[in-house]
Amino acid sequence: MKRRSFLQIALLASGALVVGVSCDKKTLAGDSPAERWTPNLYVRINPDGSVIIVSKNPEAGQGVKTAFPMVVAECLDVEWSKVTVEQAPLDDRYGRQVIGGSRGTPDGWDDLRVAGSAARHVLIAAAAKEWAVPVDECSTKDGEVFHADSGRTRRYETLLELAADMPAPDVSDLQLKSRPEDFKLLGTFVPGVDNQKIATGQPIFGCDTRIDGMLYAVYDKCPTFGGKVRSANVDQVRSMPGVTHTFVVEGTDNLNGLLPGVAIVAKSWWEAQSARKKLRVDWNTQHADSTVDFDRQAEALSKHDGSTLRHDGNVSAALDSAKKIIEASYYYPFVSHANMEPQNCTAWYHDDGRLEFWAPTQNPKSGRQLVSSTLGIPENDIHINLTRIGGGFGRRLRNDFMVEAAWIAREIGRPVQLQWSREDDMSHDFYRPAAWHHFKAGSDADGRMMAFDHHFVTFGRDGEPVSGAGLSPNHYPAGLVPNFRLRQSIIETNVPTGPWRSPGHSAYCWAYQSFFDEVALAVGRDQLEFRLDLLSRSFGDPPLDLERTSGTLRLAAEKAGWGQRDPGASHGMGMAFHYDHGGFVSHVAKVVADGSHVKVEKVFSAADVGPIINMSGARNQVEGAVIDALSTAQLEISFANGAARQSNFSDYGLLRIDQAPEVECHFIQSDNPPSGLGEPPFAAATPAIANAIFAATGTRIRELPFRRAGIAI
Amino acid sequence: MSAVTLKINGQSHTVDVPLDMPLLWALRDKLNLTGTKYSCGIGVCGTCTVLVNGVPMRSCVIPAATMAGAEITTIEGLDPSGNHRVQKAWNDEDVSQCGYCQGGQILTASALLERNPEPSDEDIDVAMSGVLCRCGTYPRIRKAIKRAAKAGGAQ
Repeated sequence: MKRRSFLQIALLASGALVVGVSCDKKTLAGDSPAERWTPNLYVRINPDGSVIIVSKNPEAGQGVKTAFPMVVAECLDVEWSKVTVEQAPLDDRYGRQVIGGSRGTPDGWDDLRVAGSAARHVLIAAAAKEWAVPVDECSTKDGEVFHADSGRTRRYETLLELAADMPAPDVSDLQLKSRPEDFKLLGTFVPGVDNQKIATGQPIFGCDTRIDGMLYAVYDKCPTFGGKVRSANVDQVRSMPGVTHTFVVEGTDNLNGLLPGVAIVAKSWWEAQSARKKLRVDWNTQHADSTVDFDRQAEALSKHDGSTLRHDGNVSAALDSAKKIIEASYYYPFVSHANMEPQNCTAWYHDDGRLEFWAPTQNPKSGRQLVSSTLGIPENDIHINLTRIGGGFGRRLRNDFMVEAAWIAREIGRPVQLQWSREDDMSHDFYRPAAWHHFKAGSDADGRMMAFDHHFVTFGRDGEPVSGAGLSPNHYPAGLVPNFRLRQSIIETNVPTGPWRSPGHSAYCWAYQSFFDEVALAVGRDQLEFRLDLLSRSFGDPPLDLERTSGTLRLAAEKAGWGQRDPGASHGMGMAFHYDHGGFVSHVAKVVADGSHVKVEKVFSAADVGPIINMSGARNQVEGAVIDALSTAQLEISFANGAARQSNFSDYGLLRIDQAPEVECHFIQSDNPPSGLGEPPFAAATPAIANAIFAATGTRIRELPFRRAGIAI
Repeated sequence: MSAVTLKINGQSHTVDVPLDMPLLWALRDKLNLTGTKYSCGIGVCGTCTVLVNGVPMRSCVIPAATMAGAEITTIEGLDPSGNHRVQKAWNDEDVSQCGYCQGGQILTASALLERNPEPSDEDIDVAMSGVLCRCGTYPRIRKAIKRAAKAGGAQ
């Protein structure tokens, strides 16, 4: 295998052996690892036998902090208990430091294996030299090199100095483990490395940051997105108990940046928040977006053609000659991220002009750029410590909370923690956008879908879809039907939108896969057989790997007993497949209905993401995504007068434990490069459940949330 | 402001608090006990749960000034070494994803097992339905409570 990474091996003054992996050979020129060396990743073996790896991405619940060191332990062949992880701050030497796109695992897979394998390689070489035996007669087990013929063994930690003198192996020559059957540790159930800290309440989250002399801030923004401050009674608020500062921030027009508002700083958050009740702001607002108006515009646009994004074959002619035509429209609303940890950020503007952060951000580098450009502080003077994140889901790819904290910190010259209230969080999100899908399918005499006409009505600004509102013209069923057309119409909006767990997919998969059910039933075919047939042929480039997709669908159906047993009265089963972010996942849901009240009993999930690193973490992502999908299908954010109408869990109620189904996960493991799992299991869960609800109740859900169809969970 | 003496995790702390300051903020901002987390502020999500005389309560809506004399247990005090059977079960089942709500989940679960050593599925649903989790860890919470129940013991 050709790899473009390079290695450096060095002995530190402490006696520790360091193996670094870099993409760029030039950066390895330095002779002092601590200062001039710039690996993307390094592994350190200490003289006491402990092994440290640096994690460049923060943990938000996706499990990298446990999965990454597992890969190193596997390839280095040390006991799992010896490996610990240090959280890196933002540092350009580490390259990409973003949690997003389920990319942590695929991006880290090669470097982690190279680092572990290279360290093992030089340790074996060192022992072989010491014993004067051929290298290939030596092997390793649990942190020891052994020579079977002579029975000699050496612990790794006794070989560090010798190993540092061994030539670094050529990365291309390393045999990297890739097959699940070769793994000892990978694929097993390993509890998270921070579990103990979580279970004893240790300060690991952004909002747990405490600094001597720190003050607490709230930041009041206009409920109507982007509204500006005409005037505010700051003098009155400043005189409230505990309050130290109150001031207007003019802000910018950037909806992703520093919005105008009023900062209130106090000796405790409660005092700042209490003083806020006395705050009176005269806001200058520019727009009045509303859900009612969006609906009206969408209705009008649905009667137009829209702009054609893709047209294969001849859809009109194919529909004219179709044996059967099936037509339906689907709608899903805006939704909020609702991270359990509301947005917050701690910042300290030091006397020498340096700005220091403790930030629960998924994208620290873009946060640094935003702060630098907004405050005029050079990026070199901004240091960002990364904390554990109480839920990411894409919300913390945007750094509005960082730039607000920065502005307040510079104004007051003391360490300050900005803590948004839940109401701030829900009414100033970057929402997953709503959309309408108008489908028309035509089938031939064999009940095969041979024409698919799709009009997508979405949200945009200046004629382009806003963040999270686009749809790829190559998305299935494009490429799976001979006549295909995708048309798009756009409603202009001022509502801030952004990536939301599995952006786009998490919403429109439900529309596609529900409609496929309608088509299958209309032409009198079994939903599994119809889908497998759809995935059996392609017209041009297939939009997804047909074999891997079908594999997950077959497995989920088999485990659920699809077609094997009568689900029973008032019971129903439904299915869906999907592919996104490198992962193939299908679900089969089983529900039981009591009138319009539905209980989702169990979801059978099958995923193909290559080899599984941590079986616990992998299952956690699947279980969590299924429950998140069911939860989100009950929720909606609506707008009036340019502002969000929901503000807390009282009117945006996440799923509770008594509503949560059992989830049974199965994995198809292979030596394909691993994909992440934060996103792929979400999309197909919603339609699998909705299709099961149809089977149980006869109610086809064409609008979310479910309650619009009269269905309660 | 009023001075109140709070008994938290077996230790007495005298703090000056505004009369309406919820216990949550006295813990977090006055005593730097940040294990108790803020999430909704209106008593609907259960993230901020603490035990007051062994009973789960929402610290975001109880004024600290009314808590004099009560035995308050926060997640830091359940067992600081993490050896409480519920903490151990939470690790063995690897319940946490982001972990933010889990302090509230663990304290609520430990109170359930104190009064009901062998809870049924329904008992678990009823006792735990007040604590929200956005990551969807509910199936593992059920398993962990059953594991802790099996472990039994005084704790």
